Amino acid sequence: MKEKIIEKILMILACSAIGILALITIYIFKEGLPIIIKVGINDFLFNSKWAPTKGHFGILSMIISSLAVTFGAMILGIPLSLACSITLAEFAPPRLMLILKPTIELLAGIPSVVYGFLGVLLLVPFIRDYLGGPGLSLLAASIILAIMILPTITSISIDALQAVPLLYKEGALAMGATHWQAIRLVLLPAARSGVVTAIILGMARAIGETMAVIMVAGNALKIPTSLLNPVRTLTSNIALEMSYSAGDHRTALFATGIILFIFIMALNVLANSLMRKK
Amino acid sequence: MKHLNPIIWQLFVKIQLWTLTSLTVSILVFIIFFILFNGLPQISWEFLVTNPTDMGRGGGILSAIVSTLYLIIISLFFAIPLGIGAAVFLTEYTREGRLTKIIRFGVECLAGIPSIILGLFGFALFVMSFGWGWSLISGGMTMSIMLLPTIIRTSEESFKAVPYEYREVSFSLGLGKWSTITRVVLPSALPGVVTGIVLSIARCIEETAVVIFTAGSSLRFPNSIFESGRTMAVHFYILAREGISMPKAYGTAAILILSILTINISAYLIMRYFMKRYS
Repeated sequence: MKEKIIEKILMILACSAIGILALITIYIFKEGLPIIIKVGINDFLFNSKWAPTKGHFGILSMIISSLAVTFGAMILGIPLSLACSITLAEFAPPRLMLILKPTIELLAGIPSVVYGFLGVLLLVPFIRDYLGGPGLSLLAASIILAIMILPTITSISIDALQAVPLLYKEGALAMGATHWQAIRLVLLPAARSGVVTAIILGMARAIGETMAVIMVAGNALKIPTSLLNPVRTLTSNIALEMSYSAGDHRTALFATGIILFIFIMALNVLANSLMRKK
Repeated sequence: MKHLNPIIWQLFVKIQLWTLTSLTVSILVFIIFFILFNGLPQISWEFLVTNPTDMGRGGGILSAIVSTLYLIIISLFFAIPLGIGAAVFLTEYTREGRLTKIIRFGVECLAGIPSIILGLFGFALFVMSFGWGWSLISGGMTMSIMLLPTIIRTSEESFKAVPYEYREVSFSLGLGKWSTITRVVLPSALPGVVTGIVLSIARCIEETAVVIFTAGSSLRFPNSIFESGRTMAVHFYILAREGISMPKAYGTAAILILSILTINISAYLIMRYFMKRYS
């Protein structure tokens, strides 16, 4: 009898994760949907005029900026993290791997505000002096985000590479392949779904990052035409205006959150289904 | 490229890979040393035990430390029982099936939700609907949602690492399921569970977006959990972004980095100890 009650209680605790997820979804939509209905989904998504106090709620420029910043971060971050994961999983001696893996994972523990701070202090002046523009830019945000997503992609990819049965590699080596050929032709294809999952989760992290991006991206409300343009992403828009918003303006910020939420959920579901396949 | 001797090619690739890896590691080392180099000279006993004055230009960071501690305690208070309970259910009470799949999917999604969305949610639910205003309790409740996936996952892993024989021996001695869990499985899995909790503390310390939306940024010393409080990360953000005081910003950042380093290293050591025991 007591056992049965305990089991029921534990089941409720376990289900609370889903309950909370549902609650979050409901709340974000409940708070944000009214403004999307009011101005129309087309005008909300495909109009880049954002002047909430004057009744203009177009978030196109922010969607493009978010995607551009994420894309930039992926271009810089993927080669770097894949290189790290291959080196650590295959070439590094086990002892070094034991030190380097937690070291790289430590990058994930550094507060995002610290990344933003260093970006403003060192990266932004560098871009301003050597490449031009205001320095606070799409490029700066991409570089900072690339560093921030490194640990996510690296550690999941290492796990994926290590999950490939040793036999595969041994087979390739026995056929006369060099270590690198075995990695490129056997290990990487075998670990592909894991590596892709890692990249998708890194992408979700990049698109959702807020504080570091606010500090280095410049936050201008314009569709970027160059890497050196200042940009405002979906996340920074919410964080910048939340404190003084009210009424329709606040609803519109929640609506910005809905769009972000949909992006993130799509990426999560994609990553999840890839992981299943494996 | 195809005609190149594969062994020379491999050497070439290896050099590239090692260069990129060292670049990554040096970025990390640089960040830590840069902050500590500039920040450590600002830290003194004074800095830790006095309240900030003049918007943070003077004094120390006592109120920020206390707010951070409150936030950690409140969020763990909710996240630990919920997370461990869920993990026990997932590993000890069910076979893999539809329900566990749904729960795992929920946990994965929860882990993927960016802090800004959680911040919005916490603001809408706790700050507005519950009428708690910007307060440490609103912040802690929201943070506990953020910690939940980490705690569930690490606890689950550590329960799974406990050999099944332990449970069989306990059953054969006549202990029930629940007693087996509390007296045999939990104690054996404790180091792993503690690792998850320790890492959660680090998440509380480094988080900014959630906290600023739900706990606010009042610099006053928090006398109760229903008051607003400014954690160290938020304090650092405001000092740095509004250019209030660079020395104080560096000092706060150094404290942040030092605590994160300590926490991560101890989590790593606990986990290694745990892995050694069961391998």
